[in-house]
Amino acid sequence: MSTYNFDYLDELEAEAIHILREVAGQFEKPALLFSGGKDSITLVRLAEKAFRPGKFPFPLVHIDTGHNFEETITYRDQMIERIGEKLIVGSVQESIDQGKVVEQTGKNASRNALQTVTLLDTIAKYGFDACIGGARRDEEKARAKERIFSVRDEFGQWDPKRQRPELWNIYNGKIHKGENIRVFPISNWTELDVWNYIRREKIDLPSIYFSHERDCITRNGQLMAASPFLNMDDEDVVERKQVRFRTVGDMSCTAAVESDAFLIDDIISEISASKISERGARMDDKVSEAAMEDRKKGGYF
Amino acid sequence: MNILKFFTAGSVDDGKSTLIGRLLYDTDSILADQLEALQSSNRKNDDGSIDLAILTDGLRAEREQGITIDVAYKYFQTEKRKFIIADTPGHIQYTRNMVTGASTANLAIILIDARNGVVEQTIRHSYIVSLLGIKHVVVCINKMDMVDYSETVYSSIIEKYKILAQQLKLADVTYIPVSALKGDNVVQASENMDWYEGESLLHFLEKVDTDSLDKSQLARMPVQWVVRPQTDELHDYRGYAGRVLSGTFNLNDKVTVLPSGASSTVEKIDFFDQTLDAAHAGQSVIIHLKDDVDISRGDTIVNASALPQETKLIEADLCWMDTRALDTSIMYNIQHNSKITKCKISEILHKVDINTLEKHAADEFKLNDIGRVIVKTADALAFDLYDDNRANGSAILVDSRTNLTVGALMFRAAVE
Repeated sequence: MSTYNFDYLDELEAEAIHILREVAGQFEKPALLFSGGKDSITLVRLAEKAFRPGKFPFPLVHIDTGHNFEETITYRDQMIERIGEKLIVGSVQESIDQGKVVEQTGKNASRNALQTVTLLDTIAKYGFDACIGGARRDEEKARAKERIFSVRDEFGQWDPKRQRPELWNIYNGKIHKGENIRVFPISNWTELDVWNYIRREKIDLPSIYFSHERDCITRNGQLMAASPFLNMDDEDVVERKQVRFRTVGDMSCTAAVESDAFLIDDIISEISASKISERGARMDDKVSEAAMEDRKKGGYF
Repeated sequence: MNILKFFTAGSVDDGKSTLIGRLLYDTDSILADQLEALQSSNRKNDDGSIDLAILTDGLRAEREQGITIDVAYKYFQTEKRKFIIADTPGHIQYTRNMVTGASTANLAIILIDARNGVVEQTIRHSYIVSLLGIKHVVVCINKMDMVDYSETVYSSIIEKYKILAQQLKLADVTYIPVSALKGDNVVQASENMDWYEGESLLHFLEKVDTDSLDKSQLARMPVQWVVRPQTDELHDYRGYAGRVLSGTFNLNDKVTVLPSGASSTVEKIDFFDQTLDAAHAGQSVIIHLKDDVDISRGDTIVNASALPQETKLIEADLCWMDTRALDTSIMYNIQHNSKITKCKISEILHKVDINTLEKHAADEFKLNDIGRVIVKTADALAFDLYDDNRANGSAILVDSRTNLTVGALMFRAAVE
């Protein structure tokens, strides 16, 4: 019997491909939620590995807050062009215009929470029965307990106390009408695993992940990109900083870190040495100790 | 670098969460903002130090009650290995969660409180380890600081455990005296127990052999999806996508497709932009066969020289996972890899009292019950016995009324 080298990235990759194919096999109308961030970009590569030379058995869905980094949208459109798959955009601006949600006011206003309504509307409109997302269990302690196939009721709610047991590599995708399943193929990956995989696979990323100069202001101890989407007042001092982003959410809730990491190797060394975890740069998690659990119960990604 | 998946059995009282917290803390796997959240939390140990158990309690109810309800997955790595921990609750009412956590683990850590020794729950946890066929067991005798780091206490506990291990046919058991609270022998070797000559827990976890499952000769690949691009340049392309459960498929290997029984030969193995000479256990690939056979999702490709069992009557161990009891008069869905068919539990052979290991006759199966049953399936399953091939010897039961996963099955014998 031949020996073969099957390291931890190969194993994580093979597991994720298996999960994506289970989605294809078990559901009628799946979708892949694409944010333009590195985790969903990784999912796209994994989907290519699962289904090429065939087409993806699902469209990509982007929930667009309208407060995007321009670089993310440029990246998204070029990627769709390259892979030749279908993109559906759910617009938070449209949800606001239709009066379904109300824009937050005040200094820390963000569209992060509004996304949930647009997401649920988009799921209902297209009748998606499974939505693939890039969440990882190492991000946050509520996520550490979520299943790979995670059932949401017709209101989009996650009920942590009624999760199905998930055994071996068998995923139960049976649902009632109106329910849907969120599927997290990279549940078992860490932030560092994602970066090592991106390096190994030579995957292009939006430029904001790498060090660049940007006008920033400091809010609650965090560096925020100065933008028209941020409610600024006289107290806010704009400074030019050398920064990069560790996660990509909308501009009003994603903080930058000061960094000289221009190359992926620099980023990997930076993360390995870092003492701030990835979600530490997300204002949306700082609200309370159970912030993520509460948002997930409400239908969030 | 590879991955070791392990699970920890024990209750809060045994210091399980503290042990995991200690592993994370001492390997610098807790990041600053998590540490900050930890320090600002109200839970402290009596001496004012950080309560490491908070790191593993994820849900609001768990923090409020100071207990672990559900399986939590935690990740850390050292220079030698990447680790995935399934942290499971130890109380009997959470047996199903323990079974869940154990199902994907290749190593189990069993915690024993040095003050109490082998107790009822030690038997229960060890039984689950043997039931789920976890190859390696590490018994951590914890709270050694509370018994003055006594070698005598340690030795008498392991003597008792050895009897249990023999009874349960646990082949590979390692014993380590630790104090999770103080850090003895968790990551750093203890300075308080000169009499212990073995390694710290982490050093052991870093080097224990994990690839034992890969040596199986049983090549198995359930087909998950058929790739057919149907484009002009690829209109004849027909590949069977799946993950190799066990064994190896080489080019030109003779294979059998089940349930049809059709024979063919491996013509080509695709993996994205590569073509491979072989597909090994664990790999997700696309296999092409020489002959034009009818194959769809739910079929299994196996090597022709080592066929699996194929019956509609299977003797299996069942762990019941639903609050609604088993109903032997109704049909359930059984999911065995990519195959789903109907089944009935046609007979309950016995139930096991998992605190005493005694078997007794039973006519009902309730939440957390474990025992031996006969499963009658609508379509024959192509399976292996669980002890020979875990990945192809297990299945779940789904209640079609609720869609819940209600049972875990480990196949023990084909019934003729």
